[in-house]
Amino acid sequence: MIYQIVAVLLVVAAGWYLVHNTLFNMRARGIQSGFDFLTQPAGFAISESLWEFDSSDSYAKAYLTGLSNTLRVALLGIVLATITGTLVGIGRLSRNFLIRSLCTAYVELFRNVPLLLQLFIWYFIFTEFLPPIDEALQPLPGLFFSKNGLQYPIPIWATGHLFMVAGILVGIVASWYWAKRERRRFEATGRPPRVVLPALGLIVGMAFLGWLAGGAPTALDIPEKTEITVGGGGAVTPEFLTVLIGLTLYTASYIAEIVRGGIQAVAYGQHEAAAALGLNGMQETRLILLPQALRVIIPPITSQYLNLTKNSSLAVAVGYPDLVSISTTTLNQTGRAIEAISLVMLAYLTMSLLTALIMNLYNRRSLIRER
Amino acid sequence: MSTAAVALQLIPSRPPPVATEGVLPWLKRNLFSDWKNTLGTLIVLAVLVRYLPPLLNWAVFNAVARPDNAACRAIGHEGACWGVIAEKYRLILFGRYPYEQQWRPLVATTLMVVLIAASCYRAFWKPWLIGAWVVVLTAFFVLMHGGVLGLTPVETARWGGFPLTIMLSTIGLAVAFPLSVLVALGRRSRLPGIRTLCVLYVELIRGVPLISVLFMASFMFPLFMPAGWSIDVLVRVQVGIILFSAAYLAEVVRGGLQALPRGQVEAAASLGLSYWQTARKVVLPQSLRLVVPAIMNTFIGTFKDTSLVTIVSLYDLTGALQLALGDSDWRKFFLEGQLFVAAIYFVCCFAMSRYSQWIERHLNTGTRRK
Repeated sequence: MIYQIVAVLLVVAAGWYLVHNTLFNMRARGIQSGFDFLTQPAGFAISESLWEFDSSDSYAKAYLTGLSNTLRVALLGIVLATITGTLVGIGRLSRNFLIRSLCTAYVELFRNVPLLLQLFIWYFIFTEFLPPIDEALQPLPGLFFSKNGLQYPIPIWATGHLFMVAGILVGIVASWYWAKRERRRFEATGRPPRVVLPALGLIVGMAFLGWLAGGAPTALDIPEKTEITVGGGGAVTPEFLTVLIGLTLYTASYIAEIVRGGIQAVAYGQHEAAAALGLNGMQETRLILLPQALRVIIPPITSQYLNLTKNSSLAVAVGYPDLVSISTTTLNQTGRAIEAISLVMLAYLTMSLLTALIMNLYNRRSLIRER
Repeated sequence: MSTAAVALQLIPSRPPPVATEGVLPWLKRNLFSDWKNTLGTLIVLAVLVRYLPPLLNWAVFNAVARPDNAACRAIGHEGACWGVIAEKYRLILFGRYPYEQQWRPLVATTLMVVLIAASCYRAFWKPWLIGAWVVVLTAFFVLMHGGVLGLTPVETARWGGFPLTIMLSTIGLAVAFPLSVLVALGRRSRLPGIRTLCVLYVELIRGVPLISVLFMASFMFPLFMPAGWSIDVLVRVQVGIILFSAAYLAEVVRGGLQALPRGQVEAAASLGLSYWQTARKVVLPQSLRLVVPAIMNTFIGTFKDTSLVTIVSLYDLTGALQLALGDSDWRKFFLEGQLFVAAIYFVCCFAMSRYSQWIERHLNTGTRRK
């Protein structure tokens, strides 16, 4: 009891002492404080953003832009890293010697080199080894790959696309009903439910119908090559590509290990039991292997997703305008170190705690029900 | 009545078992066992045939090994310019440390690496090892800093390269580990005040990226100090790394504590052991052993994470590389330098992960069945 009173008092005293010093120092050096700077014009431009941003916009909008850039690269990275990591993780268990060793080499290589160095390497390759834009590589028609980044075709928005989106929504609702019906039928008759393929079919089919109903718009904005440059279409900068590819390949090597561990964690007896029940390969994977492996895989994979999001802060090193990079610029311009850094910490903390909350809910649902 | 079963004809001999040893059976089993396997092999081979020769041409056949700038420029990006490493290795390895004095970081780092390697062997796990660590750490700082024994002083701003990486990670882990054990015990303590403090510390630190902790150490911390005080930026960054890795280690250690059956603590209590005796003699030895692989993973992570100090303008291995290849003659050959530094990191991290596997087997000898 005495210990903890002492400990709490010590921490409070130390905190008060630091705050006191800080206030004193700020007065002494004439540093202004407060978050009022957020409404002032930022005075710097942001090289890429999801929406228009120019230097007369406020610092608050600059922060939001930075946050959107962080989330954009993190979400895309999570999807790509999951796909790559799962494939490599399964590949490490392959019977094929070449595939197995390639996957092992990949995992060892990417896990044992710091991410920052990997980002520097990718950035150097993208900005030095790729041809200049007037000699852009064209791996597929309509795709241009050069020192200026990647340019790709995008569909031109037409009202018809709205019907397509509506079709997708209808498909999702329909497949939800289908899943419910199948589950009821399974409970009544014991016939194994078919959900995934019909649902996919429903969604794609409805989207297609919606697209047809909307007049089947096919216009594409394809980047075109002129004498000196490539214009039109969608584009991403080499900075974005660097961060995306660096984060994806680094995190995928961790995810691969988690996936491999999860699959190996399913006892061999489970496979034998499935065979004894007469399940075929697909059924065994779907009904026996995956539910048990996923229970082991999902918690560590979520923490990898969080790591990826936090690691996206390294984007500042290659000049991708993420949250940290915007905040550093703000810090240099306004001198408000405490406010700038605490805004960043707050943003990341919110993301982490939200994810932790969702994970705890999931964990509670997927716990093995014991006696 | 029984009938005797007697074979009246000679039973034909069975075919010999299919060979399972040798090159051909191995190839069949590992590369061509069925059509899926064969398809995989062919695809991988096709990819290798397409991409390996250009890579080898760049890295080996067209490469320039001499530190000859003109030759490197002539070959351009058709071949690697490994000469850049021969030209710049002192700057990459030692950063801005004064050139004539670079034997000092060399000796200091060698001492440190030898001691780390020695500490990995169980034969050396004796009380004098702690003494050796004190001696070597003192020697490290004396050598690096100078100012005594007739060594010219070198301010910390000029420290850099591999010695800095080793220093940040070794001291970081040496301090973070005991701290993390205390925090983990605190998080499972029955005292609500201490438990809350520990939970707050761990969750706050784990929720933010290391880079923001480093920014805090380098920009915000000076404001926290009483007027007139200043702490060297290297020390501040070191403290940042310690606090950051301690939070992650604490979670790992807590995992080990949770895995220990309650009966162990109850047995210790019934023997009349106090809280600290229980922790030191019963709980920690068993639970730490359970989490050795996870602890080693965190160690590797911390070693890699020291590269982030580059962003707050310290010249560790990664930062020194940016410094070394900044000049206009050699900046086109960054990649070769980067691969060299990556190789150093890889060797260190790979060695640590292999050691982790070895120590896991080694520590389990008492409980392993078989």
